[in-house]
Amino acid sequence: MNIVVLVKQVPDSGADRSLRPDDNTVDRGSAGNVINEMDEYAIEEALKVREAHGGEVTVLTMGPDRASESIRKALSMGPDRAVHVLDDALHGSCAVATSKVLAAALGRLGADLVICGAESTDGRVQVLPHMIAERLGVAALTGARRLAVDGATLTVERQTEEGYEVVTASTPAVVSVWDTINEPRYPSFKGIMAAKKKPVQTLSLADLGIAGSEVGFDGATSTVLEHTRRPPRSGGTKVTDEGSGGVRLVEFLATEKFV
Amino acid sequence: MSEVLVVVEATREFGVKKVSLELLTLARELGTPAAVVLGGTGVAQALAGKLGEYGAVRIYAAEGAEIDDYLVAPKATVLADLIARVRPATVLLASSQEGKEIAARLAVKLDNGILTDVVALDADGTATQVAFAGSTIVKSKVSKGLPLVTVRPNSLTPTPAAATPTVEQLAVTVGDADKLARVVQRVAEQQGSRPELTEASVVVSGGRGVGNADNFKLVEELADLLGGAVGASRAAVDSGFYPHQFQVGQTGKTVSPQLYVALGISGAIQHRAGMQTSKTIVAVNKDAEAPIFELADYGVIGDLFKVVPQAAEEIRKRR
Ligand SMILES: Cc1cc2nc3c(=O)[nH]c(=O)nc-3n(C[C@H](O)[C@H](O)[C@H](O)COP(=O)(O)OP(=O)(O)OC[C@H]3O[C@@H](n4cnc5c(N)ncnc54)[C@H](O)[C@@H]3O)c2cc1C
Ligand SMILES: Nc1ncnc2c1ncn2[C@@H]1O[C@H](COP(=O)(O)O)[C@@H](O)[C@H]1O
Repeated sequence: MNIVVLVKQVPDSGADRSLRPDDNTVDRGSAGNVINEMDEYAIEEALKVREAHGGEVTVLTMGPDRASESIRKALSMGPDRAVHVLDDALHGSCAVATSKVLAAALGRLGADLVICGAESTDGRVQVLPHMIAERLGVAALTGARRLAVDGATLTVERQTEEGYEVVTASTPAVVSVWDTINEPRYPSFKGIMAAKKKPVQTLSLADLGIAGSEVGFDGATSTVLEHTRRPPRSGGTKVTDEGSGGVRLVEFLATEKFV
Repeated sequence: MSEVLVVVEATREFGVKKVSLELLTLARELGTPAAVVLGGTGVAQALAGKLGEYGAVRIYAAEGAEIDDYLVAPKATVLADLIARVRPATVLLASSQEGKEIAARLAVKLDNGILTDVVALDADGTATQVAFAGSTIVKSKVSKGLPLVTVRPNSLTPTPAAATPTVEQLAVTVGDADKLARVVQRVAEQQGSRPELTEASVVVSGGRGVGNADNFKLVEELADLLGGAVGASRAAVDSGFYPHQFQVGQTGKTVSPQLYVALGISGAIQHRAGMQTSKTIVAVNKDAEAPIFELADYGVIGDLFKVVPQAAEEIRKRR
């Protein structure tokens, strides 16, 4: 099975993150950058499918130069190769344009199964899997907490607000995974060494037949007008329980009309 | 005035979700509110009363197995056709998984911009979003096509404004490409009478400090006394104290209730990401240095096993 995992490099969600003052895009320069956490689960799931059914796992990333750090990290977990869509014209791309680029790259790779994270921690938009599936005309099984592969039939269990549902589709398909699906492996020393030699192909927009005007700021379908830092919340009253903490808590709730 | 389409979400048990009533309330400020109901046969009839109560002047209904038996693709197709026909001023959806997914497909079909997790929307289409764990406020706009916006639950207060909606049944003509992801089973898991986590106006959450699954009864008891939903930190979920669908934070649900109560939760940045915009925050933690106190409007430094039962008792007394 030809499996492609979508991996995005994002600013570390544990650090202070911000938008750039000059052009309102995510500041990918200052914060420490990491693989989007949910994508590590996607990589793990892809490796499991490969282990059970054979085939190849390709990592696909669209991002600036330094996204190559995350590509190497991803490869050290075990995928076979990577494709990096890199082009200066991509800076400022909206989700709609990003999906166009990733779909074009996936078309070239001829994936049977695309696995990605359910959402990224920077934008938290949760839209890419369906956008890509819509463009490729394939099924999207999103938010999987369990994936079973039986020949060309995929069965996914997904959490819903009322419980869960079981959904099936045939390959080719896009599956997005939630962090309950598995426990991602740590790269071994051997894996890290091997990753250095794995092939990483770089593709430009021209390679994908996409004009610069279709992406980036020129092609953006939405615009950030401005951003401001929200003043941090300040702590309020703090009391130490000396036997009446519960009562005092309720007194506070009563003044706020919650009781 | 142009129509503003509100894509309705409902649950089998409770009917129209609160967020959809919030969307209708918002739609009334932006144009003529029209609800779109997509689901199994008879669903529009069942929801019409409530939708009218909140001002829906028209209900567009697309019903049947062709819609209900698949993931969102058929819904997006029906909506795209409707949008092409009625040319609404704005399309509003809930910022739920389903709302975002329908919007995602619509954006591609219409080559239209999309804004998610919006907390306010002006008449000129300027949207307010909260980014990066609540630390940044962003103003943004769709620059290509109509405002296609998913709105976060609890962003505004739903207010009734009675209307008598006319119901228009839409023809459902979806192709094979929309029927690729088939739902073969839906399993309801008992939630009891508690409100849905993202919609609740009160959320009581427990963390690792709660100690074990059994002790979560304490959290549930306080939630029930306050008419709220139960949430959990990731550490509590990972330790098996409470199911994953109740996780609040970066990799869980984002909640923005009137009141958030954190019990035995340290307040790590990833947890804050999901609750930072709550109106009032209350915390009980035995560690005076716990970061949760930096954002708590009222904090009790103490053992939750003493403080919470006493608080529960006090609430009962005051009834
Ligand atoms: C990429 C990423 C994503 C993450 N996503 C999330 C997420 O979505 N949601 C989330 O919550 N976390 C998330 N985390 C984890 C987060 O960093 C913290 O580890 C987690 O929130 C800690 O949970 P906790 O506060 O329950 O546990 P702890 O940090 O262990 O805190 C327990 C607290 O309980 C207090 N306590 C103990 N006993 C008592 C008692 N008897 N009475 C009163 N207080 C007591 C302690 O003083 C302590 O402050 C994420 C982490 C990463 C790296
Ligand atoms: N620039 C990108 N390159 C590769 N994959 C991406 C990119 N952006 C998003 N993705 C994938 O799409 C998933 C959902 O992202 P999002 O819709 O942005 O929340 C992520 O978890 C990634 O797997």
